Amino acid sequence: MNGQRRNLLKTGGGLTLLTLLTAAGWLQPRAALAADAWNAAAFDTKSMADTMKALGGGTPLPSKDITFFQTPDIAENGAVVPIGVTSAIPKTESIAILIEKNPNMLAAVFDISPRTDPSLSTRVKMGQSSNVYALVKADGKYYVASKEIKVTLGGCGG
Amino acid sequence: MADPMRIRANLVGDSTEVKVLMSHEMETGLRKDAQGKNIPAWFIQDVTATYNGMTVLSAQWGPAVAKNPFLSFKFKGGTKGEKVQITWTDNRGEKRTDEATIS
Repeated sequence: MNGQRRNLLKTGGGLTLLTLLTAAGWLQPRAALAADAWNAAAFDTKSMADTMKALGGGTPLPSKDITFFQTPDIAENGAVVPIGVTSAIPKTESIAILIEKNPNMLAAVFDISPRTDPSLSTRVKMGQSSNVYALVKADGKYYVASKEIKVTLGGCGG
Repeated sequence: MADPMRIRANLVGDSTEVKVLMSHEMETGLRKDAQGKNIPAWFIQDVTATYNGMTVLSAQWGPAVAKNPFLSFKFKGGTKGEKVQITWTDNRGEKRTDEATIS
């Protein structure tokens, strides 16, 4: 009985706070709507630990079943760095790409449907040479692999 | 209205391989213009790919995805002549949907 009341209070309090924030213009209504789709908190993080917290996971386990493909060791142009990630972990639900030294670490999250191959590629921007992490969520658990990519921003392109 | 996407969907074996090239600035919000003012962030946040009304891939992107984003993925099944649809939504709420026929 008491426990229920406590929960009710908590939920009510949360709602009020959200309403207040919206009213105060802190949260644009559109941003609030998009919030269930786009995880603003996760895209604002600066460290692996913070990103994991925002995504709702614990410390990811290193895994050799996650591999990079079509990903260079040295990228001549940091504005366009191809990254391909394949996960061989069964029941892969999502693949995220994180770049350690970018202003915000999280670059992209892909949700994989059961009929989709857990393998995809895209292109990202990198401010400087950095470790790139592929974070895979499979069966509710998080796994990670990393690769260092050197960025040569100079005009000569090495 | 943003430029159309270029989408290619090819049946390879028993999987459909989809390649998408979107046309978007993907501005990070961290760059400054010639007057030293911040250029506001403008980037694609959500991407959804559907086949036969089923979502085969959905993505959330941050501004770190490169300008004119490229994406490639594969899904099992797919029939020649049927369509794959891609939709993106950016942080200004602008939307664009394009489709390609599987060949």
